[in-house]
Amino acid sequence: MTAILGISAFYHDSAAAIVVDGTLVAAAQEERFTRKKHDAGYPFHAIEYVLGEAGLGLGDVDHIAFYDKPFLKFERLLETYVSYAPRGLKSFRMAMPVWLREKLFQKDLLSRELRRHDPEFRPGNKLMFSEHHFSHAASAFFPSPFEEAVVLTLDGVGEWATTTLAIGRGKDLKIEKEIHFPHSIGLLYSAFTYYTGFKVNSGEYKVMGLAPYGTPRFKDVILENLIDLKDDGSFRLDMQYFNYAVGLTMTNQRFSDLFGEPVRQPEKDPLTQFHMDIAASVQAVTEEIVLRLTRSAAQEYGIENLCMAGGVALNCVANGHILRDGAFKDIWVQPAAGDAGGAVGAALAAWHTELKNERQSTSPSDKMQGSYLGPAFAQDDIEQRLTAIGAKFETFETDGMITEAATALVDGKALGWFQGRMEFGPRALGGRSIIGDPRSPSMQKTLNLKVKYRESFRPFAPSVLREDVNDWFQLDYDSPYMLLVADVQEKLRRTMTSEEMQLFGIDKLNVVRSDIPAVTHVDYSARVQTVHAETNPLYHALISEFKQRTGCPVLVNTSFNVRGEPIVCTPEDAFRCFMGTDLDMLVVGRCILRKPDQDQALKQDYKEAFELD
Amino acid sequence: MSFLVEMWQFLRFRKKFWLLPILVMMVLFGGLIVLSQGSAIAPFIYTLF
Repeated sequence: MTAILGISAFYHDSAAAIVVDGTLVAAAQEERFTRKKHDAGYPFHAIEYVLGEAGLGLGDVDHIAFYDKPFLKFERLLETYVSYAPRGLKSFRMAMPVWLREKLFQKDLLSRELRRHDPEFRPGNKLMFSEHHFSHAASAFFPSPFEEAVVLTLDGVGEWATTTLAIGRGKDLKIEKEIHFPHSIGLLYSAFTYYTGFKVNSGEYKVMGLAPYGTPRFKDVILENLIDLKDDGSFRLDMQYFNYAVGLTMTNQRFSDLFGEPVRQPEKDPLTQFHMDIAASVQAVTEEIVLRLTRSAAQEYGIENLCMAGGVALNCVANGHILRDGAFKDIWVQPAAGDAGGAVGAALAAWHTELKNERQSTSPSDKMQGSYLGPAFAQDDIEQRLTAIGAKFETFETDGMITEAATALVDGKALGWFQGRMEFGPRALGGRSIIGDPRSPSMQKTLNLKVKYRESFRPFAPSVLREDVNDWFQLDYDSPYMLLVADVQEKLRRTMTSEEMQLFGIDKLNVVRSDIPAVTHVDYSARVQTVHAETNPLYHALISEFKQRTGCPVLVNTSFNVRGEPIVCTPEDAFRCFMGTDLDMLVVGRCILRKPDQDQALKQDYKEAFELD
Repeated sequence: MSFLVEMWQFLRFRKKFWLLPILVMMVLFGGLIVLSQGSAIAPFIYTLF
């Protein structure tokens, strides 16, 4: 037996994964255990969990693969500071102490931290370091269903690379081309995230959600001034407009002057049509870059399959365009496409690339097991835990639980749905989800404002039975990880009146635009999750029951958390979130909890409990 | 000690010996900043630039 522990840590979204004899056994993000969103610390709890899930102690682990190379990153920092000196002194002063104290000595730091799991542990030659983008590429290709694929990784920055193009064949994976820092699509998108007043590294998906409210009237301004984009998708940014290479902000005054408005201050400046148009413009530019990259790669290599990872691969709107564009016959995107997925990639890279083990592609399904790679809780354990925290619940047989939950959904209630193993990656896929009836015209607003406590403009995603997806959405393809956006079928759309057409931005959201308004964005698009009986039989059974009662095989699915909170991990987390929000019902395993039955003294002010993202 | 060996191997592999003097200088400055734990040393650094 060969066990490989993959670790991603010290930047954002720390995570751990364990691969035993080439099989991915478990993976989890540290934030779920520490309850600190995007926790960047050493993933102590995640490592404890994955080792426990595999039934191993740290001494049983043969190799430990870290997801990036600290020296190479330090080289990039030094060269950047030198090339911009004396600018960047402030940033240098902030960065160097951390590097000189910790990050440069990451091997020692890791060894020290690993001994917290087992004081007898000696790393010896067990520690390996994979390049950041190679980890991403490995996480995209090795678990994919393809024998051969073009592998595209796009993110902010790793060591030097920001965009890479690799070719994967069997167990071989080789990076063919790279674009280096500071030229980065991820950082371009983050610059606009900053400019529109959202948090860099977490608010990017809000920009994506805001884009359909606007028109891309600044697309040409961006293409003419900020980026030199070539036909093959390669690009360079004009660094005169950006400040991230050496400063403490993403953009500078010249950038604001170009668009004519200052950076939005989230606490005091409202979101206006201008910001929506900016979001639409950067989204359009991103799609343009990604499509040029994929088209030229498809033409150059003549390979039918595309794999993707890196933070930009979470841009499901762009992914939907790539699929419809048809340059590649099939595409597969790693569900944990961000840095957390680097833990999986580093471990698989060690297994296939370093240890040279063969790889079997598993077409048509991938090796991510629906991304249900986190902790699960047995029914007895759930009941004990719920009892211990004073929850009042009723236990049903599986069929009865499904019937109760479906009845509540039909009655327009919002449910917390906690079943089986927790998802790995940023999306809730029916393991730790809040679900509701998508036909309800008020569901989107209710969930946003009363349950999730988040901005009212943000859309929700539909979970749809795989076998019915094409009847409801313009998509006939697997999208189990909610990483493809497709339009609602035209026959389900409701034509807006001329008065409604006149509405702008967020006002348009309240207009009922289709038979499933809660999951229909203002441009009729939806971030589709296809639900498969093979990977999540319970969730599939629930939606099937809902379909039998209503004729609708679709549910609203949003992550089980409030704004700024990591997705719930344990039954206790789920109960706290249930009691802190306006959720009507909570289903944990076969236990059903109803809000009126609970001890009202256990209610808590949950809205202010988490720092907003 | 193993850190210095690894750093040397890294510079050799990357053929980036020119980084060495910069590295030493920055480590020195960085060291000063770490030692100062704040802004006391900052005016001294500013005068150097």
